[in-house]
Amino acid sequence: MTIVDTRTPDPKRFIPGATGDWEVVIGMEVHAQVTSKSKLFSGASTEFGKAPNANVSLVDAAMPGMLPVINEECVKQAVRTGLGLKAQINKRSIFDRKNYFYPDLPQGYQISQFKDPIVGEGKIVISVGPDRKGEFEDIEIGIERLHLEQDAGKSMHDQHPTMSYVDLNRSGVALMEIVSKPDLRSSDEAKAYLTKLRTILRYLGTCDGNMDEGSMRADVNVSVRKPGGDFGTRCEIKNVNSIRFVGQSIEYEARRQIAILEEGGSIDQETRLFDPGKGETRSMRSKEDAHDYRYFPDPDLLPLEFDDAFIEELAAHLPELPDDKKARLIETVGLSVYDASILVSDKAIADYFERAAKGRDGKLVANWVINDLLGALNKAGQSIEETPVSPDQLGGIVDLIKAEVISGKIAKDLFEIVWNEGGDPAAIVEERGMKQVTDTGAIEKAVDEIIAANPDQVEKAKAKPSLAGWFVGQVMKATGGKANPQAVNALVKAKLGLED
Amino acid sequence: MSELTRLTIAEAREKMRARDLSSVELTDAYLSAIDAANPSINAYVTVTADKARAMAKRSDERMASGEAGALEGIPLGIKDLFATEGVHTQACSHILNSFEPRYESTVTSNLWNDGAVMLGKLNMDEFAMGSSNETSYYGPVVNPWRVEGSNKSLVPGGSSGGSAAAVAAELCAGATATDTGGSIRQPAAFTGTVGIKPTYGRCSRFGIVAFASSLDQAGPIARDVRDAAIMLRSMASTDAKDTTSVDRAVPDYEAAVGRSVKGLKIGIPKEYRVDGMPGEIDALWQQGIDWLKEAGAEIVEISLPHTKYALPAYYIVAPAEASSNLARYDGVRYGLRQQGRDILEMYEKTRAEGFGEEVQRRIMIGTYVLSAGYYDAYYLKAQKVRTLIKRDFETVFADGVDAILTPATPSAAFEIGDAEMAADPVKMYLNDIFTVTVNMAGLPGIAVPAGTSTDGLPLGLQLIGRPFDEETLFAAASVVEKAAGRFTPKRWW
Amino acid sequence: MSVDIATVKRVARLSRLAVSDEDAQRMVGELNVILGFVEQLDEVDVSGVEPMTSVIAMDMKKRADVVTDGDKAADIVANAPASEEGFFLVPKVVE
Repeated sequence: MTIVDTRTPDPKRFIPGATGDWEVVIGMEVHAQVTSKSKLFSGASTEFGKAPNANVSLVDAAMPGMLPVINEECVKQAVRTGLGLKAQINKRSIFDRKNYFYPDLPQGYQISQFKDPIVGEGKIVISVGPDRKGEFEDIEIGIERLHLEQDAGKSMHDQHPTMSYVDLNRSGVALMEIVSKPDLRSSDEAKAYLTKLRTILRYLGTCDGNMDEGSMRADVNVSVRKPGGDFGTRCEIKNVNSIRFVGQSIEYEARRQIAILEEGGSIDQETRLFDPGKGETRSMRSKEDAHDYRYFPDPDLLPLEFDDAFIEELAAHLPELPDDKKARLIETVGLSVYDASILVSDKAIADYFERAAKGRDGKLVANWVINDLLGALNKAGQSIEETPVSPDQLGGIVDLIKAEVISGKIAKDLFEIVWNEGGDPAAIVEERGMKQVTDTGAIEKAVDEIIAANPDQVEKAKAKPSLAGWFVGQVMKATGGKANPQAVNALVKAKLGLED
Repeated sequence: MSELTRLTIAEAREKMRARDLSSVELTDAYLSAIDAANPSINAYVTVTADKARAMAKRSDERMASGEAGALEGIPLGIKDLFATEGVHTQACSHILNSFEPRYESTVTSNLWNDGAVMLGKLNMDEFAMGSSNETSYYGPVVNPWRVEGSNKSLVPGGSSGGSAAAVAAELCAGATATDTGGSIRQPAAFTGTVGIKPTYGRCSRFGIVAFASSLDQAGPIARDVRDAAIMLRSMASTDAKDTTSVDRAVPDYEAAVGRSVKGLKIGIPKEYRVDGMPGEIDALWQQGIDWLKEAGAEIVEISLPHTKYALPAYYIVAPAEASSNLARYDGVRYGLRQQGRDILEMYEKTRAEGFGEEVQRRIMIGTYVLSAGYYDAYYLKAQKVRTLIKRDFETVFADGVDAILTPATPSAAFEIGDAEMAADPVKMYLNDIFTVTVNMAGLPGIAVPAGTSTDGLPLGLQLIGRPFDEETLFAAASVVEKAAGRFTPKRWW
Repeated sequence: MSVDIATVKRVARLSRLAVSDEDAQRMVGELNVILGFVEQLDEVDVSGVEPMTSVIAMDMKKRADVVTDGDKAADIVANAPASEEGFFLVPKVVE
């Protein structure tokens, strides 16, 4: 396979070394667990956290004479994902056996797809930034392929002094291996790629993206070279299970390789493990025959074939993808690029926003979601899924602002009450007398009192009209913030004889 | 009791329907026969006497209440390759030491659903790899047939040697068997019994210990053509648990037995006239041609040009698949485990101890032909040759040929411990030269006894059919059977 | 193509079969006889021929995505040479 270098070396991303600048080249193989109720080739459940070997069928345990039968939903999920990655969908693909011995691989082979995967080339646009000027840079990262395969079971090595424990609950769970082209040029890009991929999968509903439960893992291929030079020898960092660790492992690995090369050494192509405790990668115990997998088509299965109608049906029901949603929010709702980017970055936030914004002023709702809700969640260390303020409640607050029932300031207090105590915002405003005062008589009375009590300020304001704001503030204070700010402003200006 | 065990399935079925015979009586007769003969024949590796009697009793009850299945009360032997719940299932290998599955194969489930009675598990070549039943961990099966005037032990063929010997020696009414390269048809020919390998996909492979997945197919070995038809109808099914099982209704095969072959076009492939073929085999073949001609069939010479490449291609494809299928025997989840310093040594010692020589040889060949750098030259090439072999058959069928007649084997049964074959694995492999093409092309093939050798040993003919046209094979085989008569060994045990 | 003793040992390791030097020496001969036999295929012109992927043409059967199996850990480990608390036990694996 010839690799085409699609990127122009960019000094912003160079890593300075003793002998000059270096460029890191990264490609990723992401294993994403397919969202399905049962396994790829058996009827056992995929539920996380069950008792040892509880989610295991005779097929998953590779009992003699057991045969795989493919789960149709997993095929659909792979096609949906391919469509989401704007990729070529292969109407005929082949399942192969990848042969190797390991205690958590019961068949002695993994059913995977080698030469003819279900999905071919596609792409993901990542957004890196903002830079010092506050700008984002969009970069297209190539997808090499996506294929379906079985997950292995789990070996535990620390339960017993001389034995390892084997649990096959994950054995046979469907994975999509999504292979990028070596188009990434920094740890930030790698993190952005993984984040974006996870967002797309979550939008599609084809993988839950929960890295701490192992639903998504990345094998990261890292090499370094002089900027624009030939690709260097790569090392593969296996099974990195968080986006942060992906960044750390690349940083460490790039520097390790640079140090070796600068000392006149050479890089051994090898598999390495990332140790999050030490922030280092280390060589895995080498297996002399690790690379002779003896792939051949699985004779228990037939070629996987479907027609255009099958693909079209799935395409017709594909959910809106983040890039499309972002474009729509900018164009039809009128959000800024920044606001739209934040809202679509997480499907749950986007869903929240869309529910709260339905039939309302989208820009105002976006402000409240981004500044108030996400701010409060961030402070409380909670995720959008854990929000105590529902989209309907937030929408209710925005409705009260728009109807001028409460001021923006009171709305902040109301948000806090809803956050802490819950309840219907309109009812709370009613019960606690938080409605803003629009009765001109009452406001006029307050204005008159303040003017009468502060003759010096009156003089100053007449000389310098911008000081009228002081009177507005005093009136708002006197009315407990409930006066309609526009009404107060107009009255103050009129009473002071200032031009509007 | 010997009159009872002499009954064919069809005859026993009639007697039981007429209430002249109970399944318990018939089952007891077989259990006594096994007790008497098995020390000499070694056809059974496990006899499930209690289970057999309990099943027979239930069959009698069902027959009394008028709910008899198609095989109600018929005592059968089951090849050790079929998973039978709670019963010894080891593919006659040490590596599956004391394995008792918690599941039942689809084929045996179908038999029990139709009322059949299980007598026990039958000996076979280890993992079905062999043509003489000498690779079994439980020792060789002895052919009930002997050369006239000799007391030398002959092989029953393989891998379904226990099935063929048990049927020939009347130690069961019929037996299940499997065929990957000739493992039903060759032993049937060596023992004067009838064996059919149906079209690939006709019988579910679920619960059958896999040897070579793209070639393995279950079928019956029986006393005569009718019994084979009765058994196949029960064994065959469409199975959601086997991706390669076919979605087609199972026909009433028995209705095809005795059906006229008038006007059928029978092909005689010239490539089967191999160098050094014994005269008696050639004569037998000619005899078969004459019988079919007399019965009204049209005989045409045909060409299957890639025939000679079937066996070499088979010895790439089958070991390759086997090397992968047998990777699961690793001492982790079931079967034998030999202790080792670490996991690697545990694997290597377990597998070296648990697999016999022939199985290890095939794993080695299979691993080698799939290994880096050799895949295209061996495996891929063999699969392309397979396409050509299948195309040969498609061409003659498209030309209107209904079935193909060939010898079943290049010789009669040989002696146990044949020195030449022991010294050269390929000599042994040549036993399957006439049968293996059928597996490579996924076609149905039946072996039917047609005569005896000059030594008085049975010889068989093979009929090969179009995909899923087993009925034509039963019709044509019954013509041969009618002309040749039945073949029963003289009892020496 | 023929194999030597080093190849036999490498293949035995890939196959996870312990072989003594004596076994390996014997296998060299046996394997070469078999490889010599299959070399006949070199005579066949397979240019433009598709490798066989399924011997009988049919659509692959598929399952609906429903949980129909599992919750039988006792059956799964019933035949295991070593097990504890529902786990299989193997000699410790070092990564």
